[in-house]
Amino acid sequence: MALKKLDELIEDFSLFEDWEERYAYLIECGRQLPPMVESLKTEGAIVKGCTSRVWLVAERRPKGRFHFIADSDAQIVRGLIYLLLCAYQDKTPAEIAGYDIESAFERLGLYQHLSPNRRNGFFAMMEKIRTLASTSPDRP
Amino acid sequence: MALPYQEPADMTIFRADFPVLAHKMNDRPLAYLDSGASAQKPLIVINAIRDAYESHYANIHRGLYHFSQAMTYEFERARKKVADFLGVDDEREIVFTRNATEGINLVAQSWARTALKPGDEVILTGMEHHANIVPWQLLRDQIGIVLKMIPVREDGTLDLAVYKGLLSERTRLVAAVHVSNALGTVNDVAALAKTAKTFNPAIRILIDGSQAVVHRAVDIPAIGCDFYVMTGHKLYGPTGIGALWGRYDLLAAMPPYQGGGDMIERVTFEETTYKDPPARFEAGTPAIAEAIGLGAAIDYVRMVGIEVIAIHEKQIYDYTMAQLATVGGLRFYGTAPDKAGIISLTADWAHISDIGMILDQCGVAVRTGHHCCMPLMQRFEIDGTLRASLGLYTNKDDIDAFVGALKKAKEMLG
Repeated sequence: MALKKLDELIEDFSLFEDWEERYAYLIECGRQLPPMVESLKTEGAIVKGCTSRVWLVAERRPKGRFHFIADSDAQIVRGLIYLLLCAYQDKTPAEIAGYDIESAFERLGLYQHLSPNRRNGFFAMMEKIRTLASTSPDRP
Repeated sequence: MALPYQEPADMTIFRADFPVLAHKMNDRPLAYLDSGASAQKPLIVINAIRDAYESHYANIHRGLYHFSQAMTYEFERARKKVADFLGVDDEREIVFTRNATEGINLVAQSWARTALKPGDEVILTGMEHHANIVPWQLLRDQIGIVLKMIPVREDGTLDLAVYKGLLSERTRLVAAVHVSNALGTVNDVAALAKTAKTFNPAIRILIDGSQAVVHRAVDIPAIGCDFYVMTGHKLYGPTGIGALWGRYDLLAAMPPYQGGGDMIERVTFEETTYKDPPARFEAGTPAIAEAIGLGAAIDYVRMVGIEVIAIHEKQIYDYTMAQLATVGGLRFYGTAPDKAGIISLTADWAHISDIGMILDQCGVAVRTGHHCCMPLMQRFEIDGTLRASLGLYTNKDDIDAFVGALKKAKEMLG
């Protein structure tokens, strides 16, 4: 999966005039996210959500980089996951901890999805990634 | 003589009573279709709460001074209004609670915990809200009772043939929902009660009326139950106030649920004697202004007319179903002929979570999820549904916005 940089996506999103264009693009981003193989969708990989399911598997790559495989049964959530991976994929714990995801999502016009009250599992997934990164033993 | 029903000239006159409905959501006119989760409040309720705090607020049941007595009078008058609204003659049978959930927990921990023995059986239905499942599971873990369940059929009605077979010598309680919050099914609770009482008159019946009292006239004596619970916030009233009705002889024999002020007769460090119901079950300072607000909500519903509300909601329901038929690819849950104000669906073209997010952008407020009925969702082998629930203020514009947004979602997601 060739991920765009989140900054490029923010530029794309800034061109949109209304929510419909933003959401249509988000849905398109969701289509770019490769589906997770069924065997990885174990109970342990489920991130607690309410209205939709999110699965997340984290692998460690050389130099302590995190590689994530994630999926959801909801398309818009898949789009959000795609955006999140644009920021976090194959990054070191320090890079993940240092990235200002709030401000990025604010510029995307999708800030409301970072609220813990959105019970679609996306927020919980983001929290899980950040916890993984911040508790990583090799974090400088 | 009952006059033939005539459609009110315009339900819009009532809509104007709800200030929040004039607000926008996501820059779109608000189509509020989540009254089943919590109803919006008419000005009369908002003003009653405001007035209570603004003009003569004081604690109740305590002071000899005028304000305290005035508040006590209003609080107790609200109790009388709840009793009248439910067809109950004796307002001492109305216990104020925080909500229906607390009413059920009260019955479980006060009545059932002392009246039931290990191995005694409680029958629930497969469409119960978690509020009428978990208190019984807690009690099961405390004293070893056995829980049984009346299954739900494909159309969202109860399988009454199986129900009869569940009744046994050990059955002590049947606890059932009056109107399903997830499906809208109206259960014939009088028939459920009669079946149990015919089998054994000592079986107690508890009915969860949270959704029922909102949509139709409820006459508790006609049901033949022993306990009935409701909540205020779904009935256009405030949050934090609900009511438990219990037969007086049962309440009088029950131990307190919580201990504290206002529920005691005399306290020494050796022994405490308790007041009679309902005070026995109302420890501590209650939600005074909220109870008065609930009284105002009941005044309001009676002013509009619960029968008028029922007919209006039926018309809007029929209109909604006809319009939804033009969307395509929808599956409906709860297709019984007798339904009240709730439409529950999934789509074969998208996940309900995605649809809910698009609807939100369109200013349409619906609920997506399991509706606190996970066992019911498991029964239908789904994670959840998208639920539109109707209220007395719901109009065709709301429905057109809902159906239009569904079509938009289908176009974007399908």
